[in-house]
Amino acid sequence: MLNGTHNKEVLIDADKVTIKFGGLTAVSEFTNKIVSGELVGLIGPNGAGKTTLFNMLTGVYKPTSGVIKFCGTDTLKFKPYELSQKGISRTFQNIRLFKELSVLDNIRIAAHQHTSYSMVESLFKSPRMRREENKIKDMAFDLLKIFKLQERAYEEAGSLPYGQQRRLEILRALATEPKIMMLDEPAAGMNHSETHELMETIHKIRDQFKVTILLIEHDMKLVMGICERILVLDHGVLICEGDAKTVQKNPEVIKAYLGASYEEIIC
Amino acid sequence: MDFLFNEYILSMIVYCGVNIILAVSLNLVNGFTGQFSIGHAGFMAIGAYLSAYLGMNFHTPFILNTILGGLASAAAGYAVGLPSLRLKGDYLAIVTLGFGEIIRVVLLNIDAVGGARGMYGIPKDGGFFWTYGWAVATIFIISQLMRSTHGRAFLAVREDEIAAEAMGINTTKYKVRAFVISSFFAGIAGALFAHYLCYLNPSSFGFMKSIDVVVMVVLGGMGSITGSVIAACIITLLPEALRPLQEITKIDFRMVIYSLTLIILMLTRPKGLFGNLELSDLWKKYVKRHS
Repeated sequence: MLNGTHNKEVLIDADKVTIKFGGLTAVSEFTNKIVSGELVGLIGPNGAGKTTLFNMLTGVYKPTSGVIKFCGTDTLKFKPYELSQKGISRTFQNIRLFKELSVLDNIRIAAHQHTSYSMVESLFKSPRMRREENKIKDMAFDLLKIFKLQERAYEEAGSLPYGQQRRLEILRALATEPKIMMLDEPAAGMNHSETHELMETIHKIRDQFKVTILLIEHDMKLVMGICERILVLDHGVLICEGDAKTVQKNPEVIKAYLGASYEEIIC
Repeated sequence: MDFLFNEYILSMIVYCGVNIILAVSLNLVNGFTGQFSIGHAGFMAIGAYLSAYLGMNFHTPFILNTILGGLASAAAGYAVGLPSLRLKGDYLAIVTLGFGEIIRVVLLNIDAVGGARGMYGIPKDGGFFWTYGWAVATIFIISQLMRSTHGRAFLAVREDEIAAEAMGINTTKYKVRAFVISSFFAGIAGALFAHYLCYLNPSSFGFMKSIDVVVMVVLGGMGSITGSVIAACIITLLPEALRPLQEITKIDFRMVIYSLTLIILMLTRPKGLFGNLELSDLWKKYVKRHS
């Protein structure tokens, strides 16, 4: 399937993952592996089950059947916060920043899982607390510089313009020091040039932080440029997988997006 | 201190201190962690009765009674919080309300603590310095916590639980922690109240007492310790300050004016007197404006 991946670690191993809400099968027998270092795109029309799949991978929903393994361990018995501590981080389709807190605090909260000082220590500011707090603050400013947000560090996150809120959410996900980062429509609501710029930054982040990325994108064109591998979901079924060219030519994909194949429309 | 004021004024100042402890501690749950609890009087009652009982029957030192009262309340907070903090908003409010009522009714029916007659002859102790010592300790501990990563975890739970979980914060653990710390100080406040007044009655810890504390938190501003302190003083002193008015007009306008003041304050400052700002934030703003 992919060349040269055999020596890399399999991060996510989904086997026949199915979830049903009442009579509706939102995702049906999804089987795939994501190895470390990949940048995978997940696309599909509205209601295809992309976000549902994300929610299963991050532990928000439990699959009705099937197995999801993360680094070889079954994820089903873990809660979302435990999976986050194991290295799965995410953003949300409808931005979920801590709106009334400062930009800096948003990032620092994500670093909470890497602090070890106790509540009692915070009463008298122990040396360990000072050390860890300084480290978190430096790390936060380093991250903010990626999207040039450092000057807005003390502003309320909710007061940032929409595009910057989306970027901040990516930084917040990155601050948990994840192995895999799942981005749910990171470019939603952005114009073409902004999207293009964002996609390049995501690519850079992947290389700089050595993080695996799985991203949902509604618009096919946008993912084509940066994702090495694209998964296409339609009505909860994985209908196609491969690089941009393979996916573009696939008649099933065209049918899913346009309702009929190219030939059928022409004739 | 005693020679400076008459007994009445001193008692008002002490009740202010007790209410400051209650309001600041409840602010940790309602303001900072965003959970709506209206059972604070129940936790206060546990601390008050246990401390008074120990003092009367075992003659243990005051400080020990106070702390044991606080710890008993904290244990009750843990027992109530663990199962009920899965609930959100209105549902949690109803559970805590129910808990407060259970405590009151249980105390009403225990003869060893006087039942409906109340508990007489509690050794007089505490007073101004003890009360304000504990008030300062409460303010110090909670404000220091809020400046740490633990404080940010409380805020994250308030802002967005799903996002907090996704960032690796065990939201249930932090909600329970907030509840336990808050109950501990409520128990302390109860113990101080009991030993100052020397008399306890279950009706002092009814639903209205819980509501009073919630009003202090909301009026001061959810998430502002400064606000809680000032609102606690206003709510304690305002009805008393209006007493002379009744003598002049011969009509009891007191509660009408008190209620109207609350309504007007909330209409003009919907986020409370201080919003989520502290005295230190206001000082920074002032310095910025004048430099």
